[in-house]
Amino acid sequence: MITILTHYWSELVQGLGYTLLSSLIALIFSTMIGTMFAIFEVLPNRLMRVIGRVYIEIFRNIPLLVIAMFFYVIIPLYVAKIDGFTAGTIGLTIYTSSFIAETVRAGIQSVDPGQMEGARANGMTYWQAMSKIVLPQAFKIVIPPLGNQFINLVKNSSVLAFVAGFDLMYQANSIASLSLDTINSYMVVGGFYLVITLPLSYYMRHLEKQLAK
Amino acid sequence: MQNFIDAYSWVNLRFLLEGLWVTVEVSVVSIIASFIIGSVLGVLRYVKIKYLSAVVGFVVDIIRNLPLILIIFFTYFGLPHLGFKPGILFATILAMTIFESAMLAEIIRSGILAVDSGQMEGARANGMTYVQALWHIVFPQAIKKTIPTIVSQFISLIKDTSLATIIVLPELLNHAQIIYGQNSAYIIPMFLMIALMYFIICYALSVLSRVLDKRLA
Amino acid sequence: MIKKVTRLVRLLALFGIVTVFLTACGQRQSLSKQDVLQNDRASNTITWGVKADTKLFGLMDVKDNQVKGFDVDIAKAITKRILGENGRAKFVQVTSQTRIPLLKNGNIDAIIATMTITPEREKQVDFSKSYFDAGQSLLVKKGSPVKSVKDLDKAGTKVLGVTGANSVANIKKSAPKARVLELSDYAQAMTALKSGQGAALTTDNGILYGMATQNPGYEVVGGTFTKEPYGIAINKGQTPFKKSVNQALAEIEADGTYNRILKKWFGNVAGFDYKEAAR
Repeated sequence: MITILTHYWSELVQGLGYTLLSSLIALIFSTMIGTMFAIFEVLPNRLMRVIGRVYIEIFRNIPLLVIAMFFYVIIPLYVAKIDGFTAGTIGLTIYTSSFIAETVRAGIQSVDPGQMEGARANGMTYWQAMSKIVLPQAFKIVIPPLGNQFINLVKNSSVLAFVAGFDLMYQANSIASLSLDTINSYMVVGGFYLVITLPLSYYMRHLEKQLAK
Repeated sequence: MQNFIDAYSWVNLRFLLEGLWVTVEVSVVSIIASFIIGSVLGVLRYVKIKYLSAVVGFVVDIIRNLPLILIIFFTYFGLPHLGFKPGILFATILAMTIFESAMLAEIIRSGILAVDSGQMEGARANGMTYVQALWHIVFPQAIKKTIPTIVSQFISLIKDTSLATIIVLPELLNHAQIIYGQNSAYIIPMFLMIALMYFIICYALSVLSRVLDKRLA
Repeated sequence: MIKKVTRLVRLLALFGIVTVFLTACGQRQSLSKQDVLQNDRASNTITWGVKADTKLFGLMDVKDNQVKGFDVDIAKAITKRILGENGRAKFVQVTSQTRIPLLKNGNIDAIIATMTITPEREKQVDFSKSYFDAGQSLLVKKGSPVKSVKDLDKAGTKVLGVTGANSVANIKKSAPKARVLELSDYAQAMTALKSGQGAALTTDNGILYGMATQNPGYEVVGGTFTKEPYGIAINKGQTPFKKSVNQALAEIEADGTYNRILKKWFGNVAGFDYKEAAR
């Protein structure tokens, strides 16, 4: 195990970097896109609600790997040349955004509807009330689930390995094949994942307890 | 258009359905097994048995925080080092079960925690033992409370079986890859078809969970 | 359908038993101490690891769910030589990435999957004598500016390969400036080439010719720039089995079986002179 660590250190660090980069990009954009579709779902406009619902249901019910491969294989053929890292990260973003949309929607709906009415009665527009009153409260509720989504993101970013995205799992496969020491290679990479996900997951549990008080 | 007609020939569709069957097979076995094991682990984490609960908790946390692909590699490549040599189907089922049991253990534990502690006390006051109260009163309510989360975890399981294509499990995605690998005109038809197949199964399950949730509520 | 359901029930039962078994007992007899040849004789079956995504060598036939190709036919011929006419050859699909772990774990008895004999691999596994002489080459889109491996040695050039393939290690030496993208198998690598993810796909010429026959818009260029003798990989310490495989290989080469199989798969491949490869 030590030999793998020392011998392939630069590959491992590069992999860690790409995994973190992809997860962070996907977190930022999937939160934005997810929130957008969550708002669609609670709008008075029926068409918007349907659009929100369809988006969420489609991407929640198709495997991430299929979505990522779609972007890796089909988009470059017909739309734009994107590399494996980009394709994988886009897939990750879209897939995660549908879960975040579901979480944020539940958060918005758990905010007392009287808040919205009160804000409107005080002369705020719908959008003002939504962005200044409802969303901030909704986000307080959804912070722990969002944190868990980030942990999932880090784990799920391993699909980048299927599209040559240079992430940790890609490096793991490469190192395992080069060193022919399969189990130790995967153990080392498992350790790298745990270094990111385990502290996050304990922190999230701590946060949940705090908020529950 | 001709591409689509050719792509959906009976030969290809049959090949896809064979893959779909493997996906279903892996999913059903893993769902049943991981529900049982996950429940046991979840309860073990909740009832504080000295050392045992701590060890279970630690192992569950490790597994939960690893990517599933790694666990698939461990069961397929690693278990033989311990003297047990699973075939590919079995290795995948084992990996899915290990991973999903850990995920479910956490869900069920938090479900039990969410059940009002008065319930337990009430049951004990009525002469039930701790185990009886846990089994007859607290556990069923915890499951009821967590049904939507549990089902969405099962949906993830079904979707995640596609990862096993990396060890050449002949499941749905793998069979689609074989077909479009041999004729690239079939890439888009294949992607659409398998997306549809996954969608139908997973969506049906999520509708079922909503119905179940309403019935029980 | 009923058959499939019973299989499902059986799996469930098996799962329960194995879980108990796993917890009940730990270590079993180490694989390296078992004699593969004896076991295979007893079960009348040799389990081979073959590719399922490589035209000409081992390709899944969607019509009947069987893997077909040169490697598969050679494996069948060797099986018959070792076990007799009724000997069964069982095939497990592998990729360049999964084949060595599976062999070392004992899931398969031997690898016959376009595997080059290299000194690094010989530290881990034993090889039979070479049964096919390949050489690494390049597959590009027709009309591509890439004509040889030299054209790839530029910063920013991406070359596609397969994880675990010797060709990936080679290209890193031959074109150090190029960036190598490793995919999980040849079908994925070919799809990526079509999607424009790399300027060329590199691996052994035999595999590339197979891809070129499947995909008319693509051609093999630049000749071969390495020598890649394919061997059958066998676990270390399995000397009797290795001897039988080598003997069987020599027999099928002597009696013309080898040449017949070679002609069957490579007789009509443009750019490949099967007579030169005949033995």
